[in-house]
Amino acid sequence: MAPGVRDTVSSTGSGASVSLAGLEKSYERVGAVNGVSLDIRSGEFLTLLGPSGSGKTTTLMMIAGFEQPTKGDIAIDGTSVVAMPPHKRNIGMVFQNYALFPHLTVAENIGFPLKQRGVAKAERAKLVGEALELVHLPGYGGRYPRQLSGGQQQRVALARAIVFKPRLLLMDEPLGALDKQLRENLQLEMRRLHADLGITFIYVTHDQEEALTMSDRIAVMNEGLVSQVGSPEDLYDRPCNRFVAGFIGESNFLPATVKGLEGDIVIAECQGAVIRATCPSRPSSGSTVTLTTRPERLRFADTLNGSAQSMNRMAVTVTEAVFAGERCRYMLKAADGTMIVLKEPSSAAIRRRTVGEHAEIAWSVADTILV
Amino acid sequence: MLLVAPLVLYMIVLYALPVVTMLLRSFNDPTWSLVHYRELMDDSVFFNTLVNTLYTAFIVTLGTLVLGYPVAVALVRAKKWAPLIIVIILLPFWTSVLVRSYAWMVLLGRHGLINEALMAAGLIDRPLRILNTALAVYIGMIHILLPYMILPIANALRQIDPSLARAASGLGSPPWRTFLQVTLPLSIPGVAAGGLLVFVLSLGFYITPAMLGGPRDITLSMLIANQVDQLNWAYAACLSGVLLATALVIIAACRRLPGIGNAFKMSAR
Repeated sequence: MAPGVRDTVSSTGSGASVSLAGLEKSYERVGAVNGVSLDIRSGEFLTLLGPSGSGKTTTLMMIAGFEQPTKGDIAIDGTSVVAMPPHKRNIGMVFQNYALFPHLTVAENIGFPLKQRGVAKAERAKLVGEALELVHLPGYGGRYPRQLSGGQQQRVALARAIVFKPRLLLMDEPLGALDKQLRENLQLEMRRLHADLGITFIYVTHDQEEALTMSDRIAVMNEGLVSQVGSPEDLYDRPCNRFVAGFIGESNFLPATVKGLEGDIVIAECQGAVIRATCPSRPSSGSTVTLTTRPERLRFADTLNGSAQSMNRMAVTVTEAVFAGERCRYMLKAADGTMIVLKEPSSAAIRRRTVGEHAEIAWSVADTILV
Repeated sequence: MLLVAPLVLYMIVLYALPVVTMLLRSFNDPTWSLVHYRELMDDSVFFNTLVNTLYTAFIVTLGTLVLGYPVAVALVRAKKWAPLIIVIILLPFWTSVLVRSYAWMVLLGRHGLINEALMAAGLIDRPLRILNTALAVYIGMIHILLPYMILPIANALRQIDPSLARAASGLGSPPWRTFLQVTLPLSIPGVAAGGLLVFVLSLGFYITPAMLGGPRDITLSMLIANQVDQLNWAYAACLSGVLLATALVIIAACRRLPGIGNAFKMSAR
């Protein structure tokens, strides 16, 4: 650290860019990484999202330097760090179990990275105080970690990870052990911190909701590979494969046969209906494909007064109707027995369907994706 | 409660009663008085022996710590080889102290393996006098007591969350500083437990110092045996009382020390 360049913990600096090229880690156990290439921009909040064993944590550990890649390269700001031990990488890291030093006070914990960098005691005390302010724990410096709640411990871990002004902060499921409300509070706080600090965040989680709320971009990982990278909207509205469509949010999957192409629109036959779908690739006519739609983007055609004309439509039978307060959730059966979920915002003005009722559903072409 | 009754009875009949009877002898033989203890105060042989016993226990504790700590670290880090290392550590346990002390006599004697090897290598001209010195006592006792130091330390090291070392290195601490700032302080409960165990056991050691030590390396337990040989029961009981009291005072003092006292609570958890 260069003293005097940035005097306070919260002053804005620039984030590091991180580039992963063909990163591989072979394991006998789960969590192998089979070739991850990813460019993370300076100052970005990027989330590695995936189920357990998808290799997201292993990827993070390789960036931090705790795991050695079997193959491939990791570059921070264009410089390869593969041969650099973790203590020289200057990366902030927050662990799921906080990893606070139990024999040190909160202030000593936060001061730890500063001490390693030879920051003088007075300067250290000042920076620790500021870091505690930043995570809303002023006056807690003299306590020991075991005297704090889980949420407070995680704030201390966060303060410790940013006090030395790293340009890159790695977080491994940092909110995993906390209850829902606390998690939501801390999510907002981390977003705010990210905006204030301007450094690059790489965040690992298996919680898709958390990933959608916090990230600039999400890299969805599955079986050691990146399935899709994009903004939360990209991934939710335009999933490019079945795994992403199923892992992020809820999706209906409908088998269909391609009939033809109309510009960017694929025309397919599905359950006896002609369905139009958007598709990045150009499937050949006659091939069997899967169409996906989100439950909350489906409507009963008779509630749309006429605007349903340009939409995809399909006849279904209601098999289950659940009122869940803010919305109604229906299980519908298509002609060949495929189950479809439909979520309708509840309103006293809309007639509720009963089980066994025949109905027609409609949804827009833009919400129909071929995966 | 009922389940522990047999053990409690056993301890009372075969341990507590004899100890109390023995201690009583130091007060009421031939009549109630503190005369034996007053004798002790003026006895320079007793005083030198007490100091020598404490000093020996201290050196042995230090020796087992210095030799045992790295072994404990290796034991915890070795994943595949850990069972083998445990067996090697415990192997001496399966041989009697007497046999091991004889073995050291063979190794350390004037014409023992060590002297012969050093002479054959041309490092020394005349055999070194190792047997029947304090050094031989230290060597023998450290060898016998090492497991008592290694196992509690290994246990403490194993309880340290491995992500702490990762966190330290991620925060900019090179491996040796991580050891000094994180691993070592967090292993203190094990060091305290092992140290106390070795120290207190050393205080009562008899066979090894008697066989390997010289005429001047007398410990309290040797003095007690010596007094019993002379049928000087009251004086022997008195010495035993002092030995017991010393051990108890040291245990109590350790529990009260700030930091180490906490260590006891932590290891009891």
